[in-house]
Amino acid sequence: MNSNQLFYGALGLAGAGAMGAGMVAAGGPGLAFGFCAYLTLGGAAVCIWEQSIVRSAFSLMGTFLGVAGLFVLLGSDFLAMAQILIYVGGILALLLFGVMLSPPDNNERSLARVGGTTVMIGAGVAFIVAQISGGVAGWLVADQLPEPNSQARAIGLAFLDPKQYVVAFELAAYLLTVALVAAVYIARRRRADFEPESEAQGGQS
Amino acid sequence: MALGAYIGVSAALFALGLICIISRRNILYVLFGIEMILNAASINFAAFNRFNGGGLEGRVFVVFIIILAAAESAIALAIVLNVYHLMKTVKPSEADFLRE
Repeated sequence: MNSNQLFYGALGLAGAGAMGAGMVAAGGPGLAFGFCAYLTLGGAAVCIWEQSIVRSAFSLMGTFLGVAGLFVLLGSDFLAMAQILIYVGGILALLLFGVMLSPPDNNERSLARVGGTTVMIGAGVAFIVAQISGGVAGWLVADQLPEPNSQARAIGLAFLDPKQYVVAFELAAYLLTVALVAAVYIARRRRADFEPESEAQGGQS
Repeated sequence: MALGAYIGVSAALFALGLICIISRRNILYVLFGIEMILNAASINFAAFNRFNGGGLEGRVFVVFIIILAAAESAIALAIVLNVYHLMKTVKPSEADFLRE
């Protein structure tokens, strides 16, 4: 057992424990909460643990998706949608683009984590199968689901209402425009970058 | 689930983000940690909003947090690109001069 196997094995047990504790406490919603919390915190823990920065960036996707699930459980469907669209689709792609700029690391550990990963996935799958086969108490059947009330319309109206958030909304729009133009300006390649080294040293600086 | 469970998840995510910022020696991990901390704040806003009557205020806050995070990561990555171009390093402890 190396440290990687211990880490992933402990992570898998923690996930099963989180889902089990949630289900014991609150039934089906508690199981969903435990799963989302496990996804959130497990993704963050893997992000810190991993040597490879690409794996860290992708494990951050688990964190973002878990937070989106928590938003759903909190009844904020619009936030969950925005979280997935912007964080998973936009910010994570930006971070992966940044990963490509970082120098390569030679700390790759390929086969060492197989045992721990097996423990993690096996514990999770066994737990879920046991729960489903045992019958999960507290799940709502389709007839009893509450009426979907999306807040997207209310949030959009609140953003454009002069009595509420229209100033902040316009400021955010300006901020995004300025930030993105500034990012392009900062990250552009100077003319000296395209010229040969000798000319760049002899000519303009 | 009770409010305390959400706050516990949020606090743990905040702590993990802080550990990520402090412990890793790569400037990109600092960005990862900042995203975790912003997400922890978002969970708090959404949870307090839900358990405080379910209005719109907390949700609007979360939307603004997401907007700010998008702007922040774009700017921060442009800065990281420039830092790596100038100093040939992405370690915060080695990028320690303002200009050559």
